[in-house]
Amino acid sequence: MADAILRIDRLSKCFGGLIATNNVTLEFERGQVHAIIGPNGAGKTTLINLLSGDLSPNDGVILFNGRNITRLPPHKISQMGIGRSYQKTNIFAEFTCFENCWVAAQSRLKSSMRFFRPARHLQAVQERAERALGLCGLKPRRDIQASAMSYGEQRQLEIGMMLATEPELLLLDEPLAGMGREESLQVIELLRRLAKEHTLILIEHDMDAVFAIADQLTVMVNGRVLETGTVEQIRSSQAVQEAYLGVEEAV
Amino acid sequence: MSSLTRSLPLVVALLTLLLFPLFGSSFYVGLVTRIIIIAIFAMSLDLLIGYTGLVSFGHAAFFGIGGYALAIAFQDASVIPLWQALPLSLLAAGLAALVIGWISIRTSGIYFIMITLALSQMFFYYFFESPRYGGDDGIFLFLKPVLMIGSEDILNLDNENNFYYFALSSLVLTYLFLVMILQAPFGKVIKAIKANEHRVRALGYSTNGYKLVSFVLAGTLAGLAGFLEGAHTGYINPAYMSWHESGVAIAIVILGGVGTLYGPIVGAFIIVLLQNFLPELTEHWQLLLGGIVISVVLFLPRGATSLFPRLLSLIRTEKGVPLSQEESTKVDTDG
Repeated sequence: MADAILRIDRLSKCFGGLIATNNVTLEFERGQVHAIIGPNGAGKTTLINLLSGDLSPNDGVILFNGRNITRLPPHKISQMGIGRSYQKTNIFAEFTCFENCWVAAQSRLKSSMRFFRPARHLQAVQERAERALGLCGLKPRRDIQASAMSYGEQRQLEIGMMLATEPELLLLDEPLAGMGREESLQVIELLRRLAKEHTLILIEHDMDAVFAIADQLTVMVNGRVLETGTVEQIRSSQAVQEAYLGVEEAV
Repeated sequence: MSSLTRSLPLVVALLTLLLFPLFGSSFYVGLVTRIIIIAIFAMSLDLLIGYTGLVSFGHAAFFGIGGYALAIAFQDASVIPLWQALPLSLLAAGLAALVIGWISIRTSGIYFIMITLALSQMFFYYFFESPRYGGDDGIFLFLKPVLMIGSEDILNLDNENNFYYFALSSLVLTYLFLVMILQAPFGKVIKAIKANEHRVRALGYSTNGYKLVSFVLAGTLAGLAGFLEGAHTGYINPAYMSWHESGVAIAIVILGGVGTLYGPIVGAFIIVLLQNFLPELTEHWQLLLGGIVISVVLFLPRGATSLFPRLLSLIRTEKGVPLSQEESTKVDTDG
C-alpha cells in the first residue's frame, strides 16, 4: 500500500443503542483528496468527529503518520497537524475576519501563556493569519465583523481559520453546505488549490463537486463502509448504485 | 486622533480623582477610597465575566481571603510592614483561587455559577464558625500597614490621603495590568474562549489552562481589593465573602458595562454612592436600588457606560452627520 497519512482500524462508536460508526477500517493516502459520501445518518460526521477528537470511539484505533491518536483531546490532535472545519459554521461571530484567523494562527505558538508584549507584535502570527485570509479569499473583508458577513463568506472563513493552523491533513465537513452556485465554485477552486499541498478528507453531498475534486471515494451507509476505491471504481460499483447513487437519480 | 478622544474621558477622570483629596472632606475621601477598592474588586471579576466568559458567583471569597490574610497574620503585630502584608494577601487569595478554579473550570454555564457559589460559601461558613478567627464578629485591626525602609517610614497608610493615593495607584496599576494582558497573546485566547470555547479547543488550545490562569489572576486581584478594604476599615468579618457580596460585584460589572475595564469603575461609583445616599431618602432604599439596576439592564443592556457613546451618536444623527462605520455596526448589533 502506498504512503498512508491516516489509518483507522475497526473503529466503532455507539450512542446508546445506535451504532453510528460500525467497525470502520480505512486508509487515507498522503496527498490525495478522499471524499466520504453517503445518505443522511450514514455516520459521516461522526467519523470526522472521531478523527478530530470531538468524540472518542468505543473501540478501534486511529493512526496519524504512524502515531496512535485514538482518544486524544481535540487540541492535541490539532497540534499534531490535523485541521478541521465544521458543518455548522463554527467561528468567533463577534470578532472580525482577521481576528478569527489571528486566534487560529496564534495557536501554533509554543504557548500563548504570554502576558507582557502585545500580541500584534508577533510578526510570524500576523503573516500566518494574513496568508490564511488571502487563501480563503477574504482579504477584502479583513476588518468586517464575522457575524455581518454572508453565510457563504462565513463558510470560507471557517476554512481560512483551519488553514491558519497550518495543518497537514484537512478534515472538511460539508464545506459547500448551504452555499450558492457562485460561492460553491469559489470554494471548489480553493479546495483544488489546497489539494496540491495537503491531504483532504471531505464529506460532501454535492456530487458534482465530489467528482470534480476527489481522488478516492468511500461510501458509507448505516455506519458501515459500503465501498471504497477510486472515483471510477465507485461510479461503476453495482452496490453503490443501488444503495446510494441510484436512489438519488430516481428522485 | 480617535484613540485620543477615547482616552480623554479616562484622563479627565484620573485627573479629577488625583485632585479630589485637595477639595473633598475626609468623609468623602474615605468614601471614594472605598469606591476605588470596590472598583478594583469589580474589575477583577470583569476579567472573568467580561473577558473569559466565566460567570463566577463566588468572587467575594477571594476578596474576603485577601482581608483575612492581613487580619490573621497581623492582628497582634506592633507594626504591619506593607511589603510583607500585601504579598501575603495576594498569595493567599491566589492560592484559594487556584484550588477553587481547578475544581470549577471543569464545568460551564449554570453549573459553573453554582459550583463557585458553593465553594465560596464553604469559605464563608468556615470563617463564620471559627472562634479562632473571631467567628461572625470578625477581627479588628488597630494598625494600618506601613511601608518602611530601615526604620524610616516611606508611606504610612494611617493618613487618609496616603491611603487614598495608595488605593488609587492600585486601581491604575490593576487597570494597566489588565490592559496589558488583554493585548498579549493570553488575552486573545481568553476573549476567544468567551466567544466560542469549543472552537478554541479545536484550534489546538488547551482551554482549561487559560481559564484557570484567568481565574487565578482575577482571584489575586480580588485579594488585592480585600487587602485594601481590610486595611482601610480595620475590620474584617465573614460578610466580606458572603454570596451577597459576590452578587453585588456582579451587579456592579453588569451595571457599568460587561467587557470594558472602565465599566466596573463607573458601576462601583453608582452602586456605592447609591448604597450610601439612598438610605437617607427612604428605609425601602433597596427597592429603589433594585429598580435602578433593573432599568439600566433593560434600557442600557451594555451598561451605564454605553450611555455616552449612544448620546453622542444620537446628537450626530440629529445634526445629519453620518455615523462612522464602527458606530453604525454597533447600532446594528444593538437592534
